[in-house]
Amino acid sequence: MSNLTTAPHLSKIALPGAKLRTYWEHCIHGILLACATISIITTIGIVVILLVESLQFFREVSIIEFLTGTKWSPLLKPQHYGILPLFCGTFLVTAGAAPIAIPVGLGTAVFLSEYATPWLRDVTKPVLEVLAGVPSVVFGYLAVVLVSPLIKAIFPSADIFNAANASVVVGFMILPTIVSISEDVLRSVPRSLREAAYALGATKLDVTVGVVVPAAMSGIMASFLLAIARAAGETMAVTLAAGGTSKLTLNPLESIQTMTAYIVQVVLGDTPAGTPEYRTIFAVGLALFMSTLVLNVLAQWILTRVREKYE
Amino acid sequence: MSEAISPRVPLRVAPRALPRVPTGQDHEDLTKHGIKVTAADVNFFYSEHQALYGINLAVPKNCVTALIGPSGCGKSTFLRCLNRMNDMIDGTLLRGKILLDGEDIYQRGTDVVELRKRVGMVFQKSNPFPKTIYENVAYGPRVAGVKKSVILEEIVEKCLQQAALWDEVQSRLNDSALQLSGGQQQRLCIARALATDPEVLLMDEPASALDPKSTAAIEDLIFELKDTYTIVIVTHNMQQAARVSDQTAFFYEGHLIEVGRTTDMFTHPREKRTEDYITGRFG
Ligand SMILES: Nc1ncnc2c1ncn2[C@@H]1O[C@H](COP(=O)(O)OP(=O)(O)OP(=O)(O)O)[C@@H](O)[C@H]1O
Ligand SMILES: [Mg+2]
Repeated sequence: MSNLTTAPHLSKIALPGAKLRTYWEHCIHGILLACATISIITTIGIVVILLVESLQFFREVSIIEFLTGTKWSPLLKPQHYGILPLFCGTFLVTAGAAPIAIPVGLGTAVFLSEYATPWLRDVTKPVLEVLAGVPSVVFGYLAVVLVSPLIKAIFPSADIFNAANASVVVGFMILPTIVSISEDVLRSVPRSLREAAYALGATKLDVTVGVVVPAAMSGIMASFLLAIARAAGETMAVTLAAGGTSKLTLNPLESIQTMTAYIVQVVLGDTPAGTPEYRTIFAVGLALFMSTLVLNVLAQWILTRVREKYE
Repeated sequence: MSEAISPRVPLRVAPRALPRVPTGQDHEDLTKHGIKVTAADVNFFYSEHQALYGINLAVPKNCVTALIGPSGCGKSTFLRCLNRMNDMIDGTLLRGKILLDGEDIYQRGTDVVELRKRVGMVFQKSNPFPKTIYENVAYGPRVAGVKKSVILEEIVEKCLQQAALWDEVQSRLNDSALQLSGGQQQRLCIARALATDPEVLLMDEPASALDPKSTAAIEDLIFELKDTYTIVIVTHNMQQAARVSDQTAFFYEGHLIEVGRTTDMFTHPREKRTEDYITGRFG
């Protein structure tokens, strides 16, 4: 071809194969962008729905009453819209789960990262993953058939469904979160720090307690926060085990209702949609979402700073 | 390194204004205080990789022994054998014997914690704890059981002064050590090692990140310390080796090529490779 107007190297770029490839690249880009957009839109959509419905609710019920009222009975006359009892229920379960999950979880993490032989670690970690994979409904009925009779045997005055039942199983449910994140941050403490301590005549316990754990402390705290956020959002086990009586109490042996359990009750019940009673679930959902969001953001912020510290 | 050295010029710079050191005497007889550490036919392995081959070396008491050699020749590895710091690395193996005051530190039943209280170490890369400056220095005494804060404060001040850091940090002892500059961190690590009052002090390039003034201060410190301590120092700075050490050992590819009195070694090296190295012809 002796066409003077087309430079030979240009015709190469215009080959049909190359065109197809560029087209394909664009397609991939588009598909991936669509995926990302879906998750972003979903998130925004959920927040918007929560906000809009809650605003609607707060037009009918004052936000002051909602946040400070000590009685919660939207489904019964006379209606009360004080979220404190539900908040208290969630708090009770979480506060009861933490003293179980935090020491056991941290202990396990320290054991795995500092003491366990590689073999033992390889055995233990999959077991923890299995624990993390147990469906929460299983935890829920274990609470009812196993934990509840036990608690009743120790404290005969306890209700059959009570906050403590839920606390115990939720404690075990959030254990894997604490273990896996804490172990990660413990192991990311540089070996040079451990060496520095050993070189000063420190024992293994000195090194672990005095150097490694403090160096990893912020990450460990983050794991606690994430676990607590999980506990607060946990639904199935608390719905089954904690009872369904919204009550402003700090006695873990009493039947209570958490924010999540209340939402389940309304959604499964026969409350007509569009009524203020029904809209309570959006307001409660928003309150719950805000609390766990704060915990999550705080934890992520801490974890990012931990990563920066050793990189 | 810009400071290539002619081997024919005696490099032993007069000890910088330290009248306490009896001139010349320290060079007459290296072993007049006895031998503190002996390596006997030490072979060392990182899993498959052999890093040290049949090292025989006597470290005289109350002397400074300098380990020199090109990068990767095994200086740090050897140093870390002397306080069993290599135990921390999985898959390492030491064959041979290392004697501290005549006792094999690798024999069964050795109390490694006790050993490391006697053999302190300053690492090649400074590694301060993410704690306050004060807590860094106080850590060693604390794990050794010192609880009284008066005593701890005294130790902290003394050691920071010895490490030429006190003036810079005395007003902010409770700041995080990680805020210090690289050179300050290195001196902090030296202070921290001194605080446990060891018998042997292992220093892996303690002046690598220091300016000339702090380097001089550390060298003075080393001079002072050898009255009471036995010191083994790794350095890439030939002049520093010449200035501070009594005995020099030249490592090359995992072998100990030559060891001898520093004055002899820098003026009349026996081996060609030693001469090439210290004159800066390679490495
Ligand atoms: N943790 C380790 N695992 C495996 N091999 C190692 C390890 N540390 C060092 N080595 C190897 O052992 C050899 C000696 O290393 P060493 O750190 O003792 O050298 P060095 O003389 O201190 O060098 P430099 O002057 O650069 O510090 C090198 O070949 C190195 O690759
Ligand atoms: Mg080295």
